[in-house]
Amino acid sequence: MKHLLSTRDLTPGDAIEILDTAEEMAAVNDREVRKLPALRGRTVVNLFFEDSTRTRISFEAAAKRLSADVINFAAKGSSVSKGESLKDTAQTLEAIGADAVVIRHSAAGAPHRLAMTDWIQAAVVNAGDGTHEHPTQALLDAFTLRRHLARVSGIASAGTDLAGARVVIVGDILHSRVARSNVWLLTTLGAHVTLVAPPTLLPIGVEHWPCEVSYDLDAALGEAPDAVMMLRVQAERMNASYFPSTAEYSRLWGLGDERFERFGTPAFKDTVILHPGPMVRGLEISSTAADSDRSQVLRQVANGVSVRMAVLYLLMSAKESTR
Amino acid sequence: MTTPSPASKASASGAPASGRDAYLVRGASLCGGERADLLIEDGRIAEVGAIAAPAGAAVVDADGLIALPGLVDVHTHLREPGREDAETVETGSRAAALGGYTAVHAMANSMPVADTAGVVEQVHRLGRRAGWVDVRPVGAVTVGLAGERLAEIGAMAGSAAQVRMFSDDGICVHDPVLMRRALEYVKAFDGVVAQHAQEPRLTAGAQMNEGVVSAMLGLPGWPAVAEESIIARDVLLAQHVGSRLHVCHVSTAGSVEIIRWAKSRGIAVTAEVTPHHLWLTDELVRGYDPVFKVNPPLRTQEDVDALRTALADGTIDVVGTDHAPHPSEHKECEWAQAAMGMTGLETALSVVQHTMVESGLMDWRRVAEAMSVRPAGIGRLEDQGRPLAAGEPANLVFVDPAARWTVDPAKQATKGRNSPFAGRELPGRVVATFFRGHPTVLDGALNAPHPSAAVMAQ
Amino acid sequence: MAPAAADNRAPRTAAPGHYPASGRVVLSAADIDRALTRIAHEILEANKGPQDLVLLGIPRRGYPLAVRLARKLAAADPTIAAEQIVGQLDITMFRDDLSRQPTRPPSPTKLPLQGIDDKVVVLVDDVLYSGRTIRAALDALVDLGRPRIVRLAVLVDRGHRELPIRADHVGKNLPTSAAEKVRVRLTETDGPADSGFLEDHVAIESPLGTEEEVAAR
Repeated sequence: MKHLLSTRDLTPGDAIEILDTAEEMAAVNDREVRKLPALRGRTVVNLFFEDSTRTRISFEAAAKRLSADVINFAAKGSSVSKGESLKDTAQTLEAIGADAVVIRHSAAGAPHRLAMTDWIQAAVVNAGDGTHEHPTQALLDAFTLRRHLARVSGIASAGTDLAGARVVIVGDILHSRVARSNVWLLTTLGAHVTLVAPPTLLPIGVEHWPCEVSYDLDAALGEAPDAVMMLRVQAERMNASYFPSTAEYSRLWGLGDERFERFGTPAFKDTVILHPGPMVRGLEISSTAADSDRSQVLRQVANGVSVRMAVLYLLMSAKESTR
Repeated sequence: MTTPSPASKASASGAPASGRDAYLVRGASLCGGERADLLIEDGRIAEVGAIAAPAGAAVVDADGLIALPGLVDVHTHLREPGREDAETVETGSRAAALGGYTAVHAMANSMPVADTAGVVEQVHRLGRRAGWVDVRPVGAVTVGLAGERLAEIGAMAGSAAQVRMFSDDGICVHDPVLMRRALEYVKAFDGVVAQHAQEPRLTAGAQMNEGVVSAMLGLPGWPAVAEESIIARDVLLAQHVGSRLHVCHVSTAGSVEIIRWAKSRGIAVTAEVTPHHLWLTDELVRGYDPVFKVNPPLRTQEDVDALRTALADGTIDVVGTDHAPHPSEHKECEWAQAAMGMTGLETALSVVQHTMVESGLMDWRRVAEAMSVRPAGIGRLEDQGRPLAAGEPANLVFVDPAARWTVDPAKQATKGRNSPFAGRELPGRVVATFFRGHPTVLDGALNAPHPSAAVMAQ
Repeated sequence: MAPAAADNRAPRTAAPGHYPASGRVVLSAADIDRALTRIAHEILEANKGPQDLVLLGIPRRGYPLAVRLARKLAAADPTIAAEQIVGQLDITMFRDDLSRQPTRPPSPTKLPLQGIDDKVVVLVDDVLYSGRTIRAALDALVDLGRPRIVRLAVLVDRGHRELPIRADHVGKNLPTSAAEKVRVRLTETDGPADSGFLEDHVAIESPLGTEEEVAAR
């Protein structure tokens, strides 16, 4: 594995190796000295063309805990805003000696361009590209879910996949890079995924994805899935007629208080709530649900560092990535 | 380009005698049919048959070559004036000659836009000065391609450029009233409106064909219905006002069905398909390489198959290249930021041979119709797309169908490096092109522009 | 350690008899067991009893050896509960040759509940060679706590040290050439029998072939 661009590229073996490595990283994160020398002398550039403090600090913490040098390149405050091309930026980073580039970009495929051209030799990690993919988010979701399932079954999570797990992903699938990465990864790991959204927020062609699709959240929740992942919905979508009003959206596709009451029934006793954040409380999720003990949101954030450490370690430590 | 064998084909065995531009081309197969010698003299085909070499005529060995009427492109972007970094009339018409063309229609989206007699005359003059092909400017339908009010269509038609084709290509004339008026108005000048069929609201921010691949790649989709709904509206408008409509770069199976229906109703619609839409699909977008970004976008295999069938049965009348060169910085970037368009003049005939001839869908006579005769008719070019017969204007191309070559954009005459066929091996090579009796291409390489170009330049 | 790691990836060939045909067996299963028994007694002797002892095995084969040693300690001193003093110390991320090797996923580090602060930690590995593994282990240990004393027990010391490190307890000193490989095979890591493994052993593999093969030329 030279780059991490899409979860579609991962075999079940690759995915489990990343998750298992992340388990060891998580152990380090629980220790007094939360630092490993593995990437000493290596340079990670966080190349962010889009604001995302959450993702950036997660990658930054991950790189620093592996002793890498970190350069944060916020494209807004750089020459990019003066019209410098991605190619010139990449070649600058190459000249600086970047061993890995963590790229967040509003254009789908920008990480592919960095990886597939001869602009730069560094390992490329996709930290979210347009409405395409966000592979490390899906990996941390899978990691969180795997730990939850292991806890419920009373086994160790290392080495396991997600066979038989049922996950419902709800919200703006059309514009969600998180949903795409999760559909590929969770199904690769053996999970059964159901997407729930208004038809306007599902892409044409979704019927070819390896998952089920439903417009009815209550029906999808009927069989008490292992996890419900609520996606952020931007209220502005209302203005483009994706749905008539936020009130109607919440009523039909939100995890409001009334719907959350089902989590109190025995069937739902082991069902957890995932959310990639930031949450829009009152739209796709109520505060009661978000702040409940079913919510894994803060665990997801903590696991994000472990998973990103695993990805950086696996991409950067090997012989193949030496410059 | 790899040099095909036999390398010596069609190299003139002697310079024409001074003051006399005469060539005897020996043994070419006329449109893939019978073999004959062609004597080319004073800009015309003087004689066809078994001919003894007259004194002073250069002899060109065309054994194994196919003779076609010089190709006519209804859809070329020469970029001049305004974007000379992308292409000039000179470089674009050199590329055209190498591709076997003797006439090209230069689209109106230059800077300034070709929406006045002044600009179309400038482009026309630049074409004559270059002297490689007949450069026929296309006039804009609306002022500045803005889609608000009609450009001075009559002035352009009456200018030295004698514009007959009008198009806002790149932008759809989406206002139905304006489209109706344009269709009506061009009737006064025997003109044709060439529509870029793209419903703008359905394609806001669109990046690629909307379907299975766009769903996975997360790129905003350009749905087939955005093309088909405009074509459906326009054929009905053309019927209503009794005018000629030309549909640019048809790209979907649904569009083919609508055009087939319109033709069956006797509506005066003609349609064009690009070489790339005859071959490539949206699967190529998966790597996010913007060399495959084009408008209309690459579609699916089902669409490709429907377009090939439609070209073969005449539902689609012509192949138009939509040759759209871009400077490399407009392609060496993120997909969303990249310019749309592909070069095509130097690969079109080979792609048609691969997709249509070698697949058994068309013979060379039909290729001549789709790439020369019908395009000349649509553009009302009276001296192009003519039969290979004595007395006709000597606009000719000689093709070696057995040759194979690998596309290397760096070696092409166009300034654009954005060929989607880069690295592919293609069949067929243009060995010689004659433009008004003068060989612009010989032995597969540029020879010299038409002598009238030098006169123009003085 | 490089030779052991390389062995992990070597294809195992089924062989007639107890051991694979290539390589010279230098320690049998019984030899290994005797060596571990002796080391266990040495550890107790050096520590003047069982107080504060923690055994940390280095993956892969150091860990099963540490478990075996802990059992022998418990057998020798009934106050010792074997499973409570043994753990595993992964050193992957502390290696100094990470960038020269293909990617290695780390193994778990598992410490005994009592931790290692102020303990007498005995690091256990199968083969002591360059000393770089132990250097990495010492670094890894520092990040986990502050032992009172750190000792080193190895099954085989084959020489060729590249760092100023020596073992406190050695099962067998084995003179080797750098071209040779020392192969350790243990039931816990290399069984079951269907992979060609029959019983514990240590062998020396020469790139030139067995002594008999060399002599036959």
